[in-house]
Amino acid sequence: MTKDTKNPPIDRVDGRLKVTGGANYFADFELPNMAYCVLVGSEVGRGTITSLDTKKAQGAPGVLGVFTHQNMPPIPGWDAPVGGEADGPAPKPKREETYRILSSPKILFDGQPIAIVVADSFERATYAASLVKATYNKQAARTELEKHLSEGVAPKGADGGNYLRGKADAYQSAPVRLEANYTIPIEVHNPMELHGILAHWTASDKLMIYAKTQGVNATQQAMAQAFKLDPKNIHVHTEFMGGGFGMGLRTWPQETAVVAVARKIGRPLKLVVTRSQMFTLVGHRPYTVQTINMGADTNGKLVGLAHAATAETASYEDFTEATVNMTKFMYDCPNVSTRYRIVRLDRSVPIWMRGPGEATGAFALESAMDEMAHKLNLDPIEFRLRNYTETDPEHNRPYSSKNLKEAYQRGADAIGWSNRKNEPGSQREGDWLIGYGMSTGVFSAFRWEASARALLKADSSLTIQSAVTDIGPGTGTALTIIAHNVLGVPLNQIKVEYGDTSLPKAPTQGGSAIVSAVGSAVFDACTAVKKQLTELAIKEGGSLAGRQADELIIADGVLSVEKEPRKKVALSELMRANNLTVIDKSADSKGGSEQSKYSMYSFSVHFVQVRVNPLTGVVRVSKAVSVADSGRIVSPKTAASQMIGGVAGGIGMALTEEASIDHRFGRFVNNNLGDYHVAVHADVPAIETIMIDKPDPIINPMGAKGMGEIALIGFAGAVANAVFNATGQRVRDLPITPDKLLRKLT
Amino acid sequence: MAEYENTGGKSEAPNASRRVFFKQSSALAALAMTPPAAMTAVANGLDEKVAAAFEQMPLHVEINGTMRTLAIEPRVTLLDLLREQLHLTGTKKGCDHGQCGACTVHVDGQRVNSCLTLAMTTEGSQVTTIEGLTPGGPDGPLHPMQEAFIKHDGFQCGYCTPGQIMSAVACIREGHADSPEEVREYMSGNICRCGAYANIVDAIMDVKKGGARV
Repeated sequence: MTKDTKNPPIDRVDGRLKVTGGANYFADFELPNMAYCVLVGSEVGRGTITSLDTKKAQGAPGVLGVFTHQNMPPIPGWDAPVGGEADGPAPKPKREETYRILSSPKILFDGQPIAIVVADSFERATYAASLVKATYNKQAARTELEKHLSEGVAPKGADGGNYLRGKADAYQSAPVRLEANYTIPIEVHNPMELHGILAHWTASDKLMIYAKTQGVNATQQAMAQAFKLDPKNIHVHTEFMGGGFGMGLRTWPQETAVVAVARKIGRPLKLVVTRSQMFTLVGHRPYTVQTINMGADTNGKLVGLAHAATAETASYEDFTEATVNMTKFMYDCPNVSTRYRIVRLDRSVPIWMRGPGEATGAFALESAMDEMAHKLNLDPIEFRLRNYTETDPEHNRPYSSKNLKEAYQRGADAIGWSNRKNEPGSQREGDWLIGYGMSTGVFSAFRWEASARALLKADSSLTIQSAVTDIGPGTGTALTIIAHNVLGVPLNQIKVEYGDTSLPKAPTQGGSAIVSAVGSAVFDACTAVKKQLTELAIKEGGSLAGRQADELIIADGVLSVEKEPRKKVALSELMRANNLTVIDKSADSKGGSEQSKYSMYSFSVHFVQVRVNPLTGVVRVSKAVSVADSGRIVSPKTAASQMIGGVAGGIGMALTEEASIDHRFGRFVNNNLGDYHVAVHADVPAIETIMIDKPDPIINPMGAKGMGEIALIGFAGAVANAVFNATGQRVRDLPITPDKLLRKLT
Repeated sequence: MAEYENTGGKSEAPNASRRVFFKQSSALAALAMTPPAAMTAVANGLDEKVAAAFEQMPLHVEINGTMRTLAIEPRVTLLDLLREQLHLTGTKKGCDHGQCGACTVHVDGQRVNSCLTLAMTTEGSQVTTIEGLTPGGPDGPLHPMQEAFIKHDGFQCGYCTPGQIMSAVACIREGHADSPEEVREYMSGNICRCGAYANIVDAIMDVKKGGARV
């Protein structure tokens, strides 16, 4: 592998399909006799259904059935234990409260489905759904985290939600101290593609599913458990997914319900939820309250650090994430404690959202680092460098690679950090205050188990296969480059097939792990093909007989002796000479003992320049530079896109995104894209991305680490820090909206 | 624009389906004038079933250069007509409320949110969808804007892309692509959650500067 060579910035391999409308997402598939269904949501946040009138809906034109808790077809696996809480359908009850869709009159959250209406057209199903009427015995819905902070419980797990290194209260005796509270609101993934499913029972025990999932194998497993089927009888297809950002990391109860109803009505059944249902039925980033206590000596060395976080979860399921983890290993500090709690509210369950808990935690930690730097009258980068660590203080082991110092320097140069004034509120251009801010991001670099298959044909075309789904980062493009680097097959003769359970098993796309995991499997499968080619060439009577395998190189469809380029054989010729139409190799790949000897992380640094209008409180991000230290960059063009995407998401997180609940009713008041403000074109400036692009020598054969999460993690903190630099005002509650800033500025 | 121009050879006389409609209308009128029968029908839930027969309305619309004569329910949006009945699934549903732009198509040259456009209002109009940008089919030559989106990587998951491209073409035609700032303003109705905005702006500016006919 050309570990030491930078990779070419090639166009996305599925680009043509995506720009012509030829890429088929789940809802684009059409099956004969297909029916449509619409979900009716509860109108209360907690209570019991006392009556349900479905007669009018049943009689509406084209209606094929109305399914409620009174007549829902069985989901057999719900009577048996199912897998982990986050990976399968609703779990078997193991606590007082559980949620199984359409199985009881109990309402546990606003918008909980109370009926599925099936009709022969989308319009007819939608109209009939409007005719379903319910009455409720209403109870008060507990939806406000701040009012229930004392009810926090420690999540299950080894550390019981607590971590301690050194002394927990060391910060108290430090000469310079900071205590600050930070909150982030509910944020919603809101990928552009609406959630749903298309389910087709092709036989009484065979199921075809077009899903919106980040992992076809996971959906297959969940459905196999729910319907007590052999996974082999379940075919799941998700070649294209219109964004996930985490909401497709599990199989949601309504997917299971649609499969059950499809079986009952005996027709293929399609569900596409509404945008407002995206706020309640497919998870969200949980509302989280954090406290940071930090103590430093007068030289800017950290003495003690304590980070506590409390997040909401559902009454019926415990959701946890790694909100406080970054604090444990990011900086060199002898005394660190963290505490993580969850509060069970009358809300639908959260799910990891891009950069998950780490993005939440990084906002608090990196804001606090900036606040402390200000107290110490130090440049924020200098403060971080004084507490830089070359080894992981949490696990007492080396990092597999860390080039963060270089990332600080290159980002600072690119944004023009030298133009920053350490004195807040001291730069103005016309009506606008100018400020600069930076923040660090970090996320675990995983290498999960994955399989892949490589098929080299005699015409020297190469097909790569893996079940992995490409939700947008450019997985197919990255796998193409990896295969090209190993086998030298020209890029335009490589085809990657993915997103289907008929292909070799792959992990769910998430955790920034796919290039590392599936890429390694592709690397191994292609290496096996190369090995066979080499053996054929050097064997007795072969075209390169007598040569050693390590003398040979492979490029442009030709195997040759590196030092004597004239000694060569085309791959197609080699295969023909051996009467081979195809070389077909599969590989199962996973990390080895190195995985526990090193701490493996991807790092990022985000720099922003903001302009703040002191009269209106408006904040504009006017420049952004994001630096990624994530090993060798496999696909530079799509990697840069991932980084700019993180900036756009980060601008939304920092300035506009907040799903607001009217706590009197437990309902969202802005559950649509007109009122829940994601960043639009006008919010996002030109962005500079910088790749450190140095291979990690440990993690995998490509030396590549993930970057989907680090593109976002830390960005909101950089904006908050820049706003402080511009105005002298610190906003600790995201998003930084004009009202919050104006209250402080006037 | 020639009204009812038939380029697809599939159009029947516009009057044919109108006649069917009149016939159905008289039946409805007759039903309405016989109260006892109507009451019985209502009681049996037949009102809805009878109404169903009247729900189909004639529509003549040119889509991607082909004249179509259709019978549709008046409540069908242009987006659902394209996707669910005409199998033109390149146009995407992102919100169904005109808030995201994923469903952007051109109606008589103007960009519109097809989810907010009742299909019936396109009577006699010319509709162009993403599929209409490549008359040679998906494997044929690409429109300059499609080329530019690939070159600048103006997408990731690709779901908002057909809408972005249709909007981008219109943005240039409208004369709203003279600077990156102007493009950002006039493209703000098209949300990209993957956040490819910077590359989309580059793609549009590239096409604009290249002077290709869009």
